[in-house]
Parts: sequence; structure tokens; C-alpha cells
Amino acid sequence: MLGFVVRRLALLVPILLGLSVLLFLWVRALPGGPAEALLGERATPEAVERVKKLYGLDRPWYEQYLTWVGNVFRGDLGVSSRTQHPVVEELLRTFPATVELALTAMIFAVGVGVPVGYLAARRHGTWLDHLSVAGSLFGITIPVFFLGYMLKFAFAEKLGILPTDGRQDPLLDAEHPTGFYVLDGLVTGNPEALGDALAHLVLPGVALGTIPLAIVVRITRASVLDVLHEDYVRTAEAKGLAPATIRGRHVLRNALLPVVTIIGLQVGLLLGGAVLTETVFAFPGFGKFMADSIVARDYAVLQGFILFTAVIFVLVNLLVDVAYGLIDPRVRAA
Amino acid sequence: MRRDGMPLRRTAAVMAGLALVIPAAACGGGDDPKPGATGTEAAEGSTLIFASSADPAILDPAFHSDGESSRVTNQIFETLVATEEGGTGVAPGLAESWEVSKDARTYTFKLRQGVKFHDGEAFNAAAVCANFDRWYNFTGLAQADSVSYYWVTVFRGFAKNESDTLAKSLYGGCTAKDDSTVELKLTEPSAVVLSALTLSSFSIASPKALKDHKADEVSGTAESPQFTGTFGTEHPVGTGPFKFGGWTRGDKLELVRNDDYWGEKAKLSKIIFRPIEKAADRAQALRAGSVHAFDYADPADLESLKSSGAQVLERAPFNMGYLGFSQKTEIMKNQKIRQAIAHAINRENVVKTKYGTGAKVANAFMPDSLWSYTEDFTKYDYNVDKAKQLIAESGVSAPTLEFCYPSGVSRAYMVDPAGNFQLMKADLEAAGFKVTPKTSPWSPDYLNTTQAGDCPLFLLGWNGDFGDPDNFLGTFFQSFSSQWSFRNEEIFKVLADAEKEPDQAAREALYKKANALIAEFVPGVPYAQSPSFSAAAKNVQGWVPSPVLNDKFASISLN
Repeated sequence: MLGFVVRRLALLVPILLGLSVLLFLWVRALPGGPAEALLGERATPEAVERVKKLYGLDRPWYEQYLTWVGNVFRGDLGVSSRTQHPVVEELLRTFPATVELALTAMIFAVGVGVPVGYLAARRHGTWLDHLSVAGSLFGITIPVFFLGYMLKFAFAEKLGILPTDGRQDPLLDAEHPTGFYVLDGLVTGNPEALGDALAHLVLPGVALGTIPLAIVVRITRASVLDVLHEDYVRTAEAKGLAPATIRGRHVLRNALLPVVTIIGLQVGLLLGGAVLTETVFAFPGFGKFMADSIVARDYAVLQGFILFTAVIFVLVNLLVDVAYGLIDPRVRAA
Repeated sequence: MRRDGMPLRRTAAVMAGLALVIPAAACGGGDDPKPGATGTEAAEGSTLIFASSADPAILDPAFHSDGESSRVTNQIFETLVATEEGGTGVAPGLAESWEVSKDARTYTFKLRQGVKFHDGEAFNAAAVCANFDRWYNFTGLAQADSVSYYWVTVFRGFAKNESDTLAKSLYGGCTAKDDSTVELKLTEPSAVVLSALTLSSFSIASPKALKDHKADEVSGTAESPQFTGTFGTEHPVGTGPFKFGGWTRGDKLELVRNDDYWGEKAKLSKIIFRPIEKAADRAQALRAGSVHAFDYADPADLESLKSSGAQVLERAPFNMGYLGFSQKTEIMKNQKIRQAIAHAINRENVVKTKYGTGAKVANAFMPDSLWSYTEDFTKYDYNVDKAKQLIAESGVSAPTLEFCYPSGVSRAYMVDPAGNFQLMKADLEAAGFKVTPKTSPWSPDYLNTTQAGDCPLFLLGWNGDFGDPDNFLGTFFQSFSSQWSFRNEEIFKVLADAEKEPDQAAREALYKKANALIAEFVPGVPYAQSPSFSAAAKNVQGWVPSPVLNDKFASISLN
């Protein structure tokens, strides 16, 4: 297992190097540039030249690339042309928010999706099954921003029990040593801050988790249905094993393999940024920051954030493979 | 052996736990009343939560040019001269009075006495000059337009220009005549500087705080220059009615009342600015009672805001959209053709169809909220027959117009460029013109083509920077520019004279004359000016939206 992990980590290096060249060229291929974006409608050719010179954008791309790679190795991802802050700082500020949001969404999706999918398969052909299929179709098709507005309308505007925006009540003074607000609430022993952070995660978490929920329900249902018809399940039943043991050891454990793959992919996607959810809930996360940076042609942020996303994606997939090994001994042996 | 049941039970327990915590948390919070509260808490000592559309860029006024930054710094800092509440005229600020010399090259300001910066330092003539000298001596990155935009716009250059494209500076020095008298010298006559000094970018900061917190220190490489000082992020120190209280970017920015303020003290004890990007989300937050007020409301939300009991405030237009003509092409040099276009366009219809509540037809190249505006000039009413007649008189048979409009942009003065184009095209065709459309992405393609004068007809507009007609008329027509590609010495001269005229009444007369000359010459057709909207909970009082975004929150109270 250790060798497998090391091999996968070593693969990161060529992947990231290749990706860095591609994305370096790609962000520069976007029409317009940071200078034009910064200056807006007052972008006279002279002003654009001045800004380009200041940011070193007048030099050949390979020179810019080598300087950038050199800096990345020193842990310097450059400075955002939009906010004038170091990219690393922006990353540390926005990423914890997105991690909390993505985890909430996944807890919601898996916590609700696996039991519902499982029950739908067990009660195949019943009203519960039909409802879960129809519900998951609805979950996949409903636009996130629309769902976000509806949730806010119901729970914040009308019922007034959950907040509409942000990560924390602006009137609350809380310390944030880690940047993960839920964790901060625990670390600083501030139950009010903890509750507030959790409350701020519920609506965006549900909005963001709805599509993964629908996917998890469908995959779980299909997978459990498949496994229920396997020979070894029939054998176990013939052996007279307790139904609970069959369900736990033989059905669920085998059925969960594809679900884990999907969870891994979804977590990777969610960590890459949930632009719409973060925008609708004014949640200061990674995705929204990156989307704003595209508009501003903020090369340093785009390069740094996309590179970071790639690392996260590879690591999450590695975790999924490790989880596979834990669930399915055959993978460990391979 | 119910191992399979465990995870489910545990999940259920966690979810049940969450369900208990959440409503309790949502009802929790600080001691301050929630925005929606209708209690009778004292107005003194209350907190206003304001939803902004973004975080400020930086709180060093010299380095910002965006509305979200200046909204905040307008409360922390003050300028020598202020704008009249709700208007565009110049009013006393940190200077009680001023005099402009006959040659418009020397400004003498008499300063208010007994004013202190938030750090306890005295505000005096030396502090004012220290600020001017700081701006004038900017080097490196600080000279970029994107950084010190307004200094470059108003004062044109620096002590040592580091780029050929910067001009000789208009700034000629600052002298502290005595503790409360400042003499500002210009290298050329300019009367515009006075209204430009109302810009928050020319706010007077504490020289000690600027130095202590390394406001001008820039480090890094050419590829990644970086302000290392903390003046603009953690220690902005001015003389205003509010002091900086803290800033967690993406979350909130806090200002607290300055209890040692020289003038009438602020009624609020605290202001919290909360960034919520989309107008619809800000409206929802206001209706849900999470915030007290916000700016840039979407006209589509105004009804629902009103019906929820919120107040809707209109900010007078300080922009204008126009149909420009480039006289680089032969056909646009023909004045009859230009007049025919002006009569052919149904501007009323464009504004009614494509703009929101409160938008108006613009008749001049400046908004009607700006001082010196009167309608003593030729107006071109919608008249197809007149347009046809003018085309016949022009001597051009089957006139064809290439008409450029941008894609990927929406501005207050031009909400839907393609929609405006469609309406205008139909109008022009009805009058007998043949129209060839040409569209390109706003930045950089469209801006480059229009600025080079390569579009005979183009849609453009302007958001005003500060309350001076020069910022509109002077920007467009004071000298030759490729965008318009015409030379009209009479217009150039009137505008140049107006820029240098120290007497306010005489200046007004010159701008009136300029508007008349411009209308006669028809370099383009101004057609729309659009207000913006703000909204506030019903318990918010005393908020006066300024057309030039110089809102003062000190007068706001919560009842």
C-alpha cells in the first residue's frame, strides 16, 4: 500500500509540470489582459503599456513562465493583480471556506443519499423507489442558483431561522485561528461561534449537495440492485445467514465501491469551487474568487488556484483509491 | 451483529444534533439589535450593517478608484473641500474657505482648526502639504494608472515620471503659510482642481500613520509588485467621523464612531460593511433582515423591496450614454448627415424600452444633475420627415453607415448595447439610411477600435469621476481625439477657457456656451442617463445618496 501511495505521489510531478505549461499558455490566450481589465473603459494604449510593464507582462511568455515556476518552488505564487494580495494568502483565506462547504454538501449527499438509495433498491418497484428515482431526477435538473434562492426565501426570508449570506453573523465577534470556522468554534471553545458557523453552512450545503445527493441516490440504488442479484448473496441466504449480516457484509460493502468512486469525484469537483452556490450565498470561497479572477484576467491567481486544484484533485483521487483498498481487498493486492 | 446499522444510526444522531444546534445558533448573535428589529433601542449606540457589492480594493484613498473603497474611506477620511449633500457643488470640508487666484494657478485654503487625526496627531497645513508631496513623489508601481488613477487623471504626472506617457505634472508645490493656511501652486492654470479635490482619492491622511505603517513601501519583483505596508489594509488613519475597526476580507469590515470628531458626531456607533456580490442577494438579505441597507439595487427588485416595507432611494444620474460619430470617414464629416441621424433616433423609445425606472433621455454630453446644466441649446426631437429632408439636403445618395456596438458589457448608461443598437438601426433605416452592423467584445477590441476612430457610428458612454463639467465635456471635446476625429477650434477654445476660469459664475457661462456649440455641431447624439437605486430598512434614517458617490454615513441613524 505504501509503495502504491508513493508511486501515485511521484506521478504528481509530471502531471503538475505539464499542467502548469498548459494553463500558463491558456490564461494568456484569454482575450484581453489584466491591464485592460484593471483599467476598464479608461484603458488607453499608453496606460495599458505602463501596467503591462509593471507586471512584467511585456516579456516573452517562456521568460515569465520560468520566473513563475522558480517562484512556485519557493512557495511564492505571486501577487493578485486584482486584490494586490499574495496569492498564497488568498488561497489560505478562501480554501477553508470551500472545504467546509464541500464537506457539508457531501455529508448531506452521502448521509441522505446512501440510505435512500439503499432503501429504494431494497424496496424495488414500490412507491419509495419511484419517489427516489423521481426525486433524484429533480435534484439533478434543478439549477443550483434557483434552489439557493428558494431555500433562502423559505428558511431565511419567511421562516427566519437560517441566515442568508456569509460564513458568520457580522455582529458576532469570533476568533479564527485556523480559518475553518467550525473548527475555530471548537478550538476557541466558543459554542456560539460554532453554532453560528454551522447555521451558515446549512443552506449553502444543501443547495450545493443536491446534485451529488441525486447522483449518490441513483448510484447506490443501481449498485445495491446489482449486488442483490449476485450469486454470493443467494449463497449467503441459502446458508441461512442473518439478514442483517447479509445486508452489511455482503450487500452494502460490495455495493459501496462505485459509490466511493463517485464521492471521490464529487468531492474533487466541489473543492474545485462551487461558484454559483458561493455567489448566491455570498460565501467567501475559492470558486467565487477564482471566477472573479477570470473576469479580471488575474493571471497569478488563475495559475496558482488551478495548480492547487489539480493537486487537490489528485490527492482526493488517491484517497479514494486507498479507501477502495480498505473496502475491497482485491484492490490492495493488485 | 448489526454492524451495517451503525453508520446509519451515527449519521442520524449527528443530523439530529445539528438540528438542535442550528435554530439556537440562528437566533443567537451579538447584543446589537438585528436589522429587521423594530424595537426602540437608542439611536445612539446602534450598528448599521451595510451590504456592499464587493470588498474595498484598498483603504489608502490615494490608491483606490473604485466605489466600494471610497464608500468606506469617505467615512474614515475627509477632503479639503467636500461636495454638497446630495449634489455636485463644492462645499467646505477640512478647509473652511478658499480662494483661487486670477490666473487660476494658486489656490489658498483656510483650514479648520482644532481637528485631530484618529491617532491623536494634529491636522494642520504641514499635514496637508505632506499628503500632496507624498502623491507627487510616488515612484514605481504607485505611478501606474491602475494604482494612483485620480492623481494621474487630475495632476497628470509626478516629480520624476517613470514613463514617457505621463505628462508634466500640474502640481507645482504646496506651502504651509501658517498652521492653518495652505497655498497650492499649479504649473498651469486650472479651475477644475477645486472640484477634483472633492474626490476621496485626495483625502488627507495622518502623515505619521502613513510613515509608521509604510504606506508607500512596494516590494516584490516587476512580475509581482506588492504593497508591503499595512496603512491601506489595517491602519487607515484620517480625521473622519468614523475610525477603522477591523477587516476580514470576504466577510466584514467594521468602522467605529470617532468620539473626538471635530464636527457633529456620528449617530451610529458602528458600521459593518458586508460584501454580497449580486444585487438580488443583497435585496434578499435586506428582506430577510440580515442587513440594513445596500446600494446598486436591481430595478427588478424595487417593487418587492417596497412591498416588504423597505425604502428605495434614487441616486441622481451621473452618467450618460451616447451615440458617437467618428469624423474620420467622409460621410460623418457631413453636418446634415449628423443632424439627420440625431432626428432619426427615437431616444425616448430607447430609454423607455431598454432602461429601468428613473432613466431619462440625455440631451447634452453631461448629466443634468451637474452644475451649469441648462437646456439653452438646440435639441433634436424625433422627426423622421426632418431626417429624410436633411439626408436629401446633404447631397449623399443612399447613405450607408457602419454602426459598431460592443458585446459582453453592461453599464448603467448602456444596459443592453445590442438592444440599443437594434432599436437605433430600425430608426435609422426608417429614415432612409442603410446600416452595416459591426460588433466586437468590449475589452480590448471594441474600446481599441472606437478609440482609434475606426467606427463611423459607435455606442459608448461615461460614468462621471467628479462633479465638474470638465470631467464630461473636457474629457470628450477639449482637444482633438481620434475617437471623434474632428477639429472644431471654437469648441476646443471655450472648453480650454472654462478649464482655466477661476470665477465660478464665468465658468458656468462658458460651459453653457460649450453645450450650445456642441449641440449645434452634433459630434454625436447623447441619449440616456440612468440613475442607480439604493435600499434601506424602514428604520434607517438620514441617508442621502450622492450622485458622485460621496455618501456620508455620519448622518444615518437607526430608529
